[in-house]
Amino acid sequence: MTERFNASELLAVIAARQLRDDTTVFAGVGVPLLAAALAKRRHAPRLTMVIEGGIIGPEIAPGRLPVSTNEMRAGHRATMLPGITDAFLFAQRGFVDVGFMGGAQIDQYGNINTSVLGADYWHPKVRLPGTGGANDIASLCREVIIVTAHEKRRFVERVDFVTSPSWVRGDGSRRAAGLLFGGVSRVVTTLGILGFDPDSKRMRIEATHPGVSTDTVRQNTGFALLEAPRIETTEPPSDEELEMLRALDPERRFLG
Amino acid sequence: MGDPHLNPAEYDFIAARRRVEAKAKSAAEKLTSLEDAVGRVKDGDQIGVGGCLFSRTPLALMREILRQRRRGLTLARNLTCNEGELFMAAGAVSRVTTAWMSIGLPWGVSKILRHYVETGAVALEEWSHLALGLRFRAGAMGVPFLPALTMLGSDLVGVGGLKTVQDPYTGETVAAVPALFPDVALLHVHRADRFGNCQIDGYPHMDADIARAATTVLVSTEEIISEEETRRYPDRTVVPGFLVDALVHVPFGSFPHECYGLYEADYDHFAEYCAAIDRSGPAAVGDYLERYVYGPPTWSDYLDLFGGERMALQAKRAKELTR
Repeated sequence: MTERFNASELLAVIAARQLRDDTTVFAGVGVPLLAAALAKRRHAPRLTMVIEGGIIGPEIAPGRLPVSTNEMRAGHRATMLPGITDAFLFAQRGFVDVGFMGGAQIDQYGNINTSVLGADYWHPKVRLPGTGGANDIASLCREVIIVTAHEKRRFVERVDFVTSPSWVRGDGSRRAAGLLFGGVSRVVTTLGILGFDPDSKRMRIEATHPGVSTDTVRQNTGFALLEAPRIETTEPPSDEELEMLRALDPERRFLG
Repeated sequence: MGDPHLNPAEYDFIAARRRVEAKAKSAAEKLTSLEDAVGRVKDGDQIGVGGCLFSRTPLALMREILRQRRRGLTLARNLTCNEGELFMAAGAVSRVTTAWMSIGLPWGVSKILRHYVETGAVALEEWSHLALGLRFRAGAMGVPFLPALTMLGSDLVGVGGLKTVQDPYTGETVAAVPALFPDVALLHVHRADRFGNCQIDGYPHMDADIARAATTVLVSTEEIISEEETRRYPDRTVVPGFLVDALVHVPFGSFPHECYGLYEADYDHFAEYCAAIDRSGPAAVGDYLERYVYGPPTWSDYLDLFGGERMALQAKRAKELTR
């Protein structure tokens, strides 16, 4: 990685590129929301953001990034405030193309844990804040993209607790659990882009960032990664992307 | 405490219906004091809390519950902020039903949440954001459950005891999200007339569903409007007066949390609160309770601790943010 940008900037730019114009995205606060806002400003002007505080179509104002999904900044110039339950019901109905979220602990099938560390839910070693809307985003959006720092302690073979299910235990287990739609398609990390083998649904390397080897990706992952037939190298963030991104967060609230 | 089984009283739609049938649904005046309103809360009650995280939290009502030293309560709220920490530290709550608890991303994982849940003193029953919203909505509709496509395939299923049901039409398996009928709903709204007809600006959150699902509804309001004003804009009423048992006029009734368009949350206050916890651990919340909850006799005395200047600044910021 060069010194032109930091890890959060890299994540936000690469994540933004995953979003297409004329789509809808359910975005969590922090880097996912920044990435969605960047995509809307740069290449996807007809992208509509949905925020779990019950907000549709906000225009995130530069320097006014929300710190929660329920505070006033999150609804800046929104087109509708339907309430929390109804915002999620748009996703259940199939109106949300992409769910964009972070993750505390993620396993080889893309399942996420943001609830507890330790074996016993009721007597946890570490109590984490919980799902919030992550479980619903993972269950209901047409496709989910996870955006996270790539660290060995985050990428574990089995999560202690499945808060937000992706491919569950692989091999049709998502469908069998009653999750008829969606699933995690990509994991955008500070080292590259991971996807899933179409059959086994195990995580695989699909792209690495410039200067990152697949060995480095493996060394920072707590389970065996598969590889896509062809591994791409991502384009580094352009000056234009970085400039637009930095303008959105001049206080460096989420860009660090 | 902490057993992963549904409490039948939470979803017993027949009993919940009987309770509503049996209560007075009066169009009388509902205005009263915080002390009188909160006198309706009993030890062991299941309390549905309106607002979400640090938005429109009914803090004046909640502070009064702590002052009346209620015990063994369950709090149900989608995103639980530091009001949940105050209830834990006061020994008022034995279970919190929520999708997420901490103050917010910039303040990190709540150390108070960790302390009380990791030691087993308080059970945290976790539902997904939508599932908990649908629990209130099922309650509002008076039905025992709602079919949904969420929360399946996750370990959350075993926590709250979610069951599935086979769709009688397509044969697919769907979640049967159980109703939650709280004993008491606590709401803070922008304005109400003295009969309890309530209006909310900005984010509606789940307040309207929580009010319909509960047996007893206690409301605090920033402003009292005339009956004529209600009748001129009836489309703005989100909770009708006949649902409301007690109404209290409490300007800045969510402070230091936000009220959409009226005042912004006081992030500096959150930072001071967290810094005190970093310094002295859970005992800091005990000190906070003495200073902000048990000490000042009235809500106005409580607001004096923040000062008019601070509140005027937060009000100005809210206007800028919603312009």
